[in-house]
Formats: sequence, structure tokens, C-alpha cells
Amino acid sequence: MNAYSRCNRLLLTAAVIVPAALAWAEYADVVINNGAEAVGVSPVIFPHWFHRIRFQCSVCHVELGIQMKAGGNDITMDKIVSGEYCGACHDGVLAWSAENCDLCHSGRSGLETGIRGGHRTAGPGIY
Amino acid sequence: MKPLSATGITIGMLLLAMLSLGADKWKSLKDDDLHDPSNPSIDVLQEPAEALSVLPPDTSGNKVNWVAALQSGEINPRGSLQGDLKPEVLELDVVMTTTLPLPNVIFPHKPHTEWMACETCHEELFVSQIGANPINMGRILEGEYCGRCHGAVSFPLTECNRCHSVKPEGSPTAPPSGATRDREQ
Repeated sequence: MNAYSRCNRLLLTAAVIVPAALAWAEYADVVINNGAEAVGVSPVIFPHWFHRIRFQCSVCHVELGIQMKAGGNDITMDKIVSGEYCGACHDGVLAWSAENCDLCHSGRSGLETGIRGGHRTAGPGIY
Repeated sequence: MKPLSATGITIGMLLLAMLSLGADKWKSLKDDDLHDPSNPSIDVLQEPAEALSVLPPDTSGNKVNWVAALQSGEINPRGSLQGDLKPEVLELDVVMTTTLPLPNVIFPHKPHTEWMACETCHEELFVSQIGANPINMGRILEGEYCGRCHGAVSFPLTECNRCHSVKPEGSPTAPPSGATRDREQ
């Protein structure tokens, strides 16, 4: 194989691999599946990007006491309906109420609790 | 008609790949490997591209310069559920000098306090005393100290120069990033 063919093969490989490698969730999405699937509902996907447009960090992480550790909060539907955790806003007035199960419990089956989403970085300090 | 050469086909595929790179900047919820595409409510949820494509761009994370978005007023997130309170902004830089061989770290309180109240970090994550926090990259990579947010929600840990931005003699090593560009010197 001459250099010209090798170059072509490399370009072809790049053309196929680069887009395929880009299947990932949005940065900072949180999967919460501490007990959801165990009781027959889908895991929760919490999108940080959506919430930080509307609320500063300390609203949830100081005022509502939500620990900055995925899976580190004992969130239950009873507490949410009582106005704790997500229920402080998801009350049917400020945001959709807890009756809209599918809107939060929207994850694929089998997902593990944790922070998801690719960094999609261009590399160290390239900006 | 002259047949397409292998090179022509390859260049065409590369162009397509580049186009899809742009299209893939924000994955659709149905294609993000997290959301269940068969969820009956999936079309009700906002798509990331709709909200994020109109905000100041960045090269990593959500591809949004969140600090610039806040400072420019393009977003106006509520600071409290108890009325119209905002965290108190503190214009105080902290220089961390135990970083060799990398450049020193400059921690700007300003963009951080624009986003969150003091209690978010103090005193649980950081003691409010210079030199009292044994911060290192190992702990940060484990999600402690700066790593509680950076690498999870805030710009990722691959962006070395955004924190390691000052040579010991004080000259910046790189153009200021969105996170630090408005810092007080």
C-alpha cells in the first residue's frame, strides 16, 4: 500500500469513526435510579442545563439541601409530594406536578445512578 | 462521465462527518442514550439545542459559556425561592502556589459567587483559610474540592489552563477564559 492509499484509508476511517463516537448525553445530566426501577418506574433523568438557566446553584444545593453527590440524596415520592427536594418547585404551580411521572421518569431501563454526559472538550486549555 | 475517485468519495464523507459534527453539538433527547425514546412524554421535554444554541458558546461541557451567559444577562436564574434574593458577589482572587510544575492556580470568587451562595462551598468543601485545604488533582478527580462541580457540571478538568493560569511571577499563561476573564487583578 502506497502513502496515497494509506492517507485515503485514514481519512475514510476518520469519517466513519468521528460521528459514531459522538453518541452521548448532555453534559451534567444526572441519572437517579436509587429505587425507581426497583418499584417498576423508569429512572429519572435530571438535566442540570435546563435548571441552571432558571435557578442559581445554591437554590437547590443550599436552600433545598440537595447534596452535590449523584445518588447521595434520599429522594422519595412521599417527600416530593410533601414539598421537599424536587417538590419545592414541582408543585403544579412553579413547575409541573409530581403526577406527570413520565416527564421525570424518562430514562432507559438499566441505567445506573450517576453523572452522565461527555465533556466534549477540545483538549487541555484550547479555547 | 468520469467516475468519482476514491479521494473524492473520501473527501465527501469527511465533509459529511464534519456536518454531522455540527449537528451533533447537542444530542436530541431521543438519541442521547439516556432518555427512553418510547417515553410517551419525550416530545414535551425541551431539547438541549433549543435552549443552549442561543447562549454564548464555549468549547467544552454543554458548549455554553455559562459565566458569560449570566454576566451578559442572557440568562437570569433565580437566586432564591424566598423572594428576589441574589447571592452576595465577592471580588476576591485566591492564588494557589503549590502547583509546580504547572502554573499557579488563580481562583476567582467573583464568577463563583455570581452563581452561588458562600454556603455552597464553605465550610463543608473548603475551609475559609488560606493554606488550610489540602487540594490536589487526585482529590479533585475523585470529586472533592473543585472536582465536586468541575468535571461534573462546570467546565471539565481537561481545561487545565483555565485554572492553572498564572506563572509564579504573575504573568498569565493563556488568554483569560470566560470563567476568569472578568476577574479583578
